Amino acid sequence: MLRCLLLGALLVAAADAQETPQAFVGASLYPISGPPIESGTLVIHEGKIVALGPAPSVQIPADAVQHDVSGSVVLPGLVDTHSHAGSVEGGDGSGPMHPDARALDSINVRDARIQKAQAGGITTANIMPGSGHLLSGQTLYVKHRDSKVIDDLLIRRADGSLAYGIKMANGTNSRKDPPFPGSRAKSAAIVRERFLEAIAYRDKVAQAAGDADELPPRDLGLETLGDILAGNRVVHFHTHRHDDILTVLRLADEFEFKVVLQHVSDGWAVADEIAASPHVLGASLILIDSPGGKLEAKDNQLATGAILEQAGVVTGFHSDDPITDSRLFNRMAALAVRAGMSREGALYGLTMAGARMLGLEDRIGSLQVGKDADLAVLSGDPLSVYTQVLQTWVDGVKVFDRSNPQDRLYAEGGFGASHDQGHILHGIAQGEHE
Amino acid sequence: MTRRQRLAALVVGITSSGSAFGQIAVTGATVHTAAGEPLTNAVVVIEDGKISQVGLAGEIEIPDGFRTMTAAVVTPGLIDARSTIGLSGYLNQEHDQDQIESSAPMQPELRAIDAYNPREALVEWVRGYGVTTVHTGHAPLSLVSGQTAVMKTHGLSVEEAVVKPFAMIAATVGEGARERGDKAPGTRAKMAAMLRAELIKTREYLDRRSAEDEDKRPDRDLRLEALGEVMEGNVPLLVTAQRTQDILTVLRIREEFDIPVVLDGVAEAYDVLDQIRDAGVSVIVHPTMMRARGETENLSFETAARLRDAGIPIALQGGYESYVPKSRLVLFEAGVAAAHGLGFDDALRSVTINAARVLGVDDRIGSIEVGKDGDIALYDGDPFEYSTHCVAVIIDGEVVSEELR
Repeated sequence: MLRCLLLGALLVAAADAQETPQAFVGASLYPISGPPIESGTLVIHEGKIVALGPAPSVQIPADAVQHDVSGSVVLPGLVDTHSHAGSVEGGDGSGPMHPDARALDSINVRDARIQKAQAGGITTANIMPGSGHLLSGQTLYVKHRDSKVIDDLLIRRADGSLAYGIKMANGTNSRKDPPFPGSRAKSAAIVRERFLEAIAYRDKVAQAAGDADELPPRDLGLETLGDILAGNRVVHFHTHRHDDILTVLRLADEFEFKVVLQHVSDGWAVADEIAASPHVLGASLILIDSPGGKLEAKDNQLATGAILEQAGVVTGFHSDDPITDSRLFNRMAALAVRAGMSREGALYGLTMAGARMLGLEDRIGSLQVGKDADLAVLSGDPLSVYTQVLQTWVDGVKVFDRSNPQDRLYAEGGFGASHDQGHILHGIAQGEHE
Repeated sequence: MTRRQRLAALVVGITSSGSAFGQIAVTGATVHTAAGEPLTNAVVVIEDGKISQVGLAGEIEIPDGFRTMTAAVVTPGLIDARSTIGLSGYLNQEHDQDQIESSAPMQPELRAIDAYNPREALVEWVRGYGVTTVHTGHAPLSLVSGQTAVMKTHGLSVEEAVVKPFAMIAATVGEGARERGDKAPGTRAKMAAMLRAELIKTREYLDRRSAEDEDKRPDRDLRLEALGEVMEGNVPLLVTAQRTQDILTVLRIREEFDIPVVLDGVAEAYDVLDQIRDAGVSVIVHPTMMRARGETENLSFETAARLRDAGIPIALQGGYESYVPKSRLVLFEAGVAAAHGLGFDDALRSVTINAARVLGVDDRIGSIEVGKDGDIALYDGDPFEYSTHCVAVIIDGEVVSEELR
């Protein structure tokens, strides 16, 4: 009962926050779509950005709530193109390809890792099943809104359909005993056979022209592969080794699907080939503290960001949460800068590049009038180890505030910081441990 | 010069009157000595591999023929206070994983020096970022997994690299020690019972070994001999414990047997700070960015700062990783700790002089002071900042890395 009341109060508060204009004054604004604005003003209303610019040029509405964020930095909410938050699952061990399995049906929204992602300034994520299959399932693009149900985290496209992609993988993770492939060539062959099946299915459906007697039995998996072939779904392809990356490009070429290269450890070795492919929306990198840990990552290097940037590839980053910590997502871009990537490119990589890879560049990824009011308010330079995320806003609603003890617990860690929401004994967590 | 150095000198035609090995003067816009306030525009002179002079640039006369190097920031070579690199390799394949022997739950006789691979790529990797010394050895993956050693990250053999061949014995109370199926220990209570029984056996062994009548002395037992070093106070038991109950179990056993203990990990230490301080033990805190899951789910970025605030001696570590990344860099771990309450100075001390003290090697390394080993790291800015580079690394007066990292 009490929880219902509290939840109700929260939702009302969220609606209020969206109805009243909010003005952020005094911060350096990093629009990403243009150069930083010192001492800028940003106004959001009804979940959207309605104005921004140097302080004198922006009229703050009379009824706006003003937030003095002097000295801080406001970025567009960060976009994580590859996360496993919510203990997401896809297909099972019964086969190597599961285009019918939806991340939507598996995510635990109360997973504390979603709160931790908010604490890292991440507002949008592509939550994906793992890489133990050639195709482990449908991914889910989510906004990190506060809720207890997945429905509230969904992103809908202009036509009302859900925004999600497809997770595929090659290399060693998906190599297992039958019915899984035992080699790289077999991996590619299984994928090609399945796509040919999908083409036949698609053609049969087209030929039936709506005649129920002619339609083949509905096949959820082949339908999904058909979506990929039609260009409606982007494939997020886990791939590490240079030859595996080229295999992805070859498959994308044959079946003309749109692809985001995920991990791309050896991307530095085939940067020009990646840049030349018309099917690649971008490369999403994970940069690790030391090479190795598995054979395919033995040549992973921080310089890949710089090399892909110079080759002209849209280059972004991902946490691969829990492989790296969502709370330190900005670190990924900073390490790329350490190895030669431009600051602008790295900040673009944390925001706009991810938005483009998810096909959401019209809504998120930059501070521009009309875009979603997704913000990360930082204590300083986004690429400094000493910088903290102070606040995170999604669709004009504050979802993380470092000055709140419960939010701070997620940001710093401590007793209960990894427990599912609602499972914490709040008296203990806040009384004795804060 | 070592034999190898002499050989190398012949090959490249360097003569002792030129830039000889071990003869270097390093100038830093800022020199963090870890032995007092930072010095501005200062020089560190290394002669025959040892630090011979430290002082302000105007006050130091650099001897003729010395190689000179400069950097924005100069620190002592960093120390990773707990790692498994050299035993665990970066490829993560069976042939390069020697950090755990799973045939028995207690094997204190396993020596790190018999497994350490000084040519392992991870050793070169961490060195490139300024880590000149690692405390490495058997992993926290069984009740008593084996010995640890202190190694310089330079040298082509264990004999060349070793600083302390038998530094500690690695033990674990918690998930890492839990055996599966019908193997013991399968529970925490059993872990403590087995550890206590082994220490009692060790004590009896030492008693019998000192018997006046030679015939009554026992046969040599490598296992009990090794633990005997702990019992006699010569070598600490390095116990990994994350949960509060595990930390207290370790302190209870320490008190019962009056043995030297160094705590490792301590994810939940913030709830038992008084007990840890009162026991007078040192702590090697888990990697700051360690994954929060399982028994480490409650870890905090601020634990190092909380321990420091409580007056407990701490060091930081790269730790053990089973997967990607196969090793963490203690430089990065210290940076995140610095940003989460520990602050720059204490973070740096926890990977230099304080780490050296915890490992008992502070007479040789850990600070820039006259007489200490010429182990120096050079950076082009704040060493903890993400976008700063390590520009050179010197070990025993030899420039071992000049690659921008």
